Amino acid sequence: MKFINDNILTIVVFLPLAGAILLAFFPRRDRDVRYFALAVSLITLLASLHLTWYFVRGQSGFQYEENVPWIPHPNIHYHMGVDGISLWLVILTTFLMPLCVLISWKSIGDRVKEFFILMLVLETAMIGVFVALDLFLFYFFWEATLIPMALLIGMYGHGRKIYAAVKFFLYTMIASVFMLAAILWLYARTGSFDFVTIQGMIQSGQVSGFGNAALWLFLGFFVAFAVKVPLFPVHTWLPDAHVEAPTAGSVLLAGVLLKMGTYGLLRFNLGLFPEQARRNAPWIIALAIIGIIYGALVAMIQPNIKRLVAYTSVSHLGFVVLGIFSFTQLGVDGAVYQMLSHGISTGALFMLLGMIYDRRHTYELSEFGGLATPMPVFATFFAFIMLSSVGLPLLNGFVGEFMVLSGAFQAKQLYGILAATGVIWSACYLLWMYQRVFYGNVTKPVNSSLRDIDARERVSLWPLAIAALVMGVAPMLWLHSIDPAVSAALKQFSGVTQAAVLPARNSPAAPGPPLHADFARNGVEVIGR
Amino acid sequence: MSMHLWIIPLLPLAGAAVNGLLGKRFPRALVNAIALGFTAAPFAMALWVAAQFAGLSPDQIPHIERYATWLSAGAFSAEYGMYLDQLSVIMMLVVTGVGFLIHVYSVGYMEHEGGYYRYFAYLNIFMFFMLTLVLANNYLLMFVGWEGVGLASYLLIGFWFLKKSAADAGKKAFITNRVGDFGFLIALFLLIKHFGTLQYDSLWPLISRYPVETGAAGLLTAIGLLMLVGATGKSAQIPLYVWLPDAMEGPTPVSALIHAATMVTAGVYMVARSHLVFNRAPDAQMAVAVIGTLTAIFAASIGIVQTDIKKVLAYSTISQLGYMFMACGVLDYVGGIFHLMTHAFFKALLFLAAGSVIHGLGGEQDMRHMGGLRKYLPYTFWSMTIATFAIAGLPPFAGFFSKDRILWSAWSSGYHVLWLVGVITAGMTSFYMFRLWFLTFFGKYRGPNPETVAHGHDADAQHAGHTGAVQDAKDAHAAAGSHGHRSPHESPWVMVVPLMILALLSLVGGWAGVPHSLHGSDRFGTFLSPAFNEASATPGAAAATPAEAKPESEDNSTELAFSSISVGLAALGFLAAWWLYYKRPELPERMAKAAGGLYTLLLDKYKIDELYGAVIIQPLILLSTNVFWKGIDQGLIDRAVDGSATDAREASDAMRHMQSGNIRSYAGWVAVGAAAVIAFMVWRGVR
Repeated sequence: MKFINDNILTIVVFLPLAGAILLAFFPRRDRDVRYFALAVSLITLLASLHLTWYFVRGQSGFQYEENVPWIPHPNIHYHMGVDGISLWLVILTTFLMPLCVLISWKSIGDRVKEFFILMLVLETAMIGVFVALDLFLFYFFWEATLIPMALLIGMYGHGRKIYAAVKFFLYTMIASVFMLAAILWLYARTGSFDFVTIQGMIQSGQVSGFGNAALWLFLGFFVAFAVKVPLFPVHTWLPDAHVEAPTAGSVLLAGVLLKMGTYGLLRFNLGLFPEQARRNAPWIIALAIIGIIYGALVAMIQPNIKRLVAYTSVSHLGFVVLGIFSFTQLGVDGAVYQMLSHGISTGALFMLLGMIYDRRHTYELSEFGGLATPMPVFATFFAFIMLSSVGLPLLNGFVGEFMVLSGAFQAKQLYGILAATGVIWSACYLLWMYQRVFYGNVTKPVNSSLRDIDARERVSLWPLAIAALVMGVAPMLWLHSIDPAVSAALKQFSGVTQAAVLPARNSPAAPGPPLHADFARNGVEVIGR
Repeated sequence: MSMHLWIIPLLPLAGAAVNGLLGKRFPRALVNAIALGFTAAPFAMALWVAAQFAGLSPDQIPHIERYATWLSAGAFSAEYGMYLDQLSVIMMLVVTGVGFLIHVYSVGYMEHEGGYYRYFAYLNIFMFFMLTLVLANNYLLMFVGWEGVGLASYLLIGFWFLKKSAADAGKKAFITNRVGDFGFLIALFLLIKHFGTLQYDSLWPLISRYPVETGAAGLLTAIGLLMLVGATGKSAQIPLYVWLPDAMEGPTPVSALIHAATMVTAGVYMVARSHLVFNRAPDAQMAVAVIGTLTAIFAASIGIVQTDIKKVLAYSTISQLGYMFMACGVLDYVGGIFHLMTHAFFKALLFLAAGSVIHGLGGEQDMRHMGGLRKYLPYTFWSMTIATFAIAGLPPFAGFFSKDRILWSAWSSGYHVLWLVGVITAGMTSFYMFRLWFLTFFGKYRGPNPETVAHGHDADAQHAGHTGAVQDAKDAHAAAGSHGHRSPHESPWVMVVPLMILALLSLVGGWAGVPHSLHGSDRFGTFLSPAFNEASATPGAAAATPAEAKPESEDNSTELAFSSISVGLAALGFLAAWWLYYKRPELPERMAKAAGGLYTLLLDKYKIDELYGAVIIQPLILLSTNVFWKGIDQGLIDRAVDGSATDAREASDAMRHMQSGNIRSYAGWVAVGAAAVIAFMVWRGVR
């Protein structure tokens, strides 16, 4: 057991890669290739569940750490570890992967082997991003996700796939260069790529010239992550990438790749540059809130369903960024939860859209209408997932959204109020979309004979539906481990958080009248008197 | 001692799960048995709980049960738990009792419908959320029920989703409610920010420490007003009432249960539950009273001219909810809840009876095509009569006692203008309800000639175009024609019995609250008022208690005089309706012509929907399409991005690979380039 615990991260990260390498030597029998890919992804999932099983809840800091020197010059370590935040992002990745294999079962008919090789390589890279604690290693995995994803879009996409792939690649690649520069600067001054070491040195003020460079370093990381999230106004690669990507690509893009951006913001921007994060929070939050509202409004009027859902990601990820930069326990807990829940809901939405696409080869809303009649089961799944995305309480979306909004409100009431309009917008775009796709009479004759979803498709949807429900009903299963990790991450912000967190609770004996004056001001602020 | 209150909401949820997942394969009898069984059981249990509750000593009330933590972060946490006091006991009994009756009725009403299991699954889900709403022991769990009933409402309004108007109405209801929820959420955020909790039992003592915000509006005023925003959405008050009339697209039993008896009263419940906040926030409380009163008269005025029987009832519901808000606004929470209860009886009955009429006429809802139905539907007629008298506020029916109590509270707490508007509304209510009564049941039958139009032609026309698996049963009903619609017919027993029970309740339901001025003992008030007693919610708190101490047993004669005024107005309404719609039925049309613009304005519901559409919805869509998407996204950002990419392409030969579309080689080059840069910088830049 000790051996497994000591090496489990390596195992989880490289199992898919090993599978991919084996797959490369496979004969081109598509059926076997699919089964093998499914098996590899399932084994990886099982292996990753080991992480949750032996994870010590309530303990902050990294667990399952592996730290061995890798390259002496430059001083690169093979340093991995998970805390309550990254743990669940790893699980999210391994959980979505088998479903992605299932969903690609029939829709990928050409160059099947390459497809699954790319998928497995991508999985390794994604998990690597979440567990790497060495900045060089992190950057390596970060860039490594780019290539397979761009290839998946470019080779297996549809329509303007080349344009979309190039746009995706250029956008993220160029932005990453700034992060690389920041990493190299840090290495030049600290002699280490190690996240924990660098963090310690920054905190104790041992990095020379840090004060002048801090803003630029912060921005270097920020640009890379903001593009990935994507934050308004650098979000325009996302709709194109989604619309042209194959279904599995979209699921992983929305489900996991975007979270690499928000994860990066939380881990590195907050972790390494708390002072800068605090200073820059106002405009970042402004962008996040613009993203929430703007993304929702633009989503609402899209004539293409997949583009519509893509824009909802801009809106939902805006919540995550808002939560992170609220620097409150509630807000950041909520942001992490929202990352997971968005992966489930939006991943499921893209899978559902893929099922329509398999049948009709179009995403145009005008091509649909009345689908609930020929495809009742499909319509029911869709409604359920839609509700989870709308943030219906007892489903996953609500928990994160509520915590983020509440945290943002604690930080500054205006943030919470503006962002909370999101609850109205999300109902608008999703319900309207749902009505146009499913309700009414069948408008196109082709649609009247569409077959409902089959067993394979159900199998790929049920886990997500169940996850959405469990995450809504019993969020403590996750929050138990997220909460300590977040409070550790927020330690450096204690000055900020303490002020914002629950004054009444901490001082239950507070007298009425003096507080009253203070509250009166707050109240007036809210009602605009 | 635990009463295992969690079982009450979970039973209907179980029913919904079974019917929803498996019901498609079940025979109807089994679907019925499950749906009814899983609503009868919670009703029975609610009765048992009420009996247990009666045995609790005052210091054991409220009875709180905690089961588990739902979510917690840092110092904040919300739990799964139940809160039983006098208020939730009454709500629980009303919801389970009326809910069960309406389930029974639905068995008959929906008999010919496709998607039968779906209907009952939704209805059971509604019961689950509604019971969660009223039994929750914290605001967050209340919010779960709050949103959940909205979902059930959405699903049930859009039950006949093949019809565009139904799907539209469902969507409108959900989105309008979301606007209200936005306010509610902000109120919760304020509570969390300042008190750190949403648990009732932790909140009440904290809130009690605050003085009444007489001088300047403060925190509690803000919270109260935001809660009011939420309540206007759920309880269909100005300005968010617009969804409720459209919600009549749903099956009629749904209108009875959700859009009359229970869900729409959630806002009233919420305000009553938050009485500690409103007691301390005179401005918020004033806003509640004014909005309620305005809504009452505004909706009544629209109700006067509507011709669709369900639309009249819908506006009447909005108007009656206005009374409940008026009561809460003048701090007579007991009166508000009392009216909530009696209204649940008689309005559910009115809807169910209207449903019986519609059912008997094969889908006809236009009162201009009814008339003389008294002899075809005798049971329906008699129960409808009791309900009409009850809502008109004539003694000794239930509505009289509750409405009168509210009006008296308004007057006696000094809100004379509100009282005046309320009394006028009472007269209007009586008028439009008796108008409905006369138009429907008296005179000659004005429907299609039974000889020529054999098979409920109107039903076919109305639901034209319904095809597919989820057939609107009224088609099937009409087309099958086995027992046809040669003439209007009385509904089956399964529908009539609930009518009778509700008729009984509409008659005697008010007797529980006979005021002292009429030599009653007001048992209802005696039972419920401790729930709104400051001290009981907050033991040991010496908080200010505004306007709570009402002088008892004096002014009896004044109260009686005021009662006679409202009864007089109600009688006047009856006479007017009798004159116009029975004695001289040709008059109304002439009057409508004479009134011209005013009449059209009322008929068009003051064109509020059109106003919202032109001022909010259209501009939003145009803004999103032309400015945000086509302007900023595609015009500005993408052109900049593409532009720089194009320049780069033109400038560089190597980049031509991209043009050739060979993504792999391009990606490869970038990767190689990146690796080279890294290698170089690492080698060069460091040490």
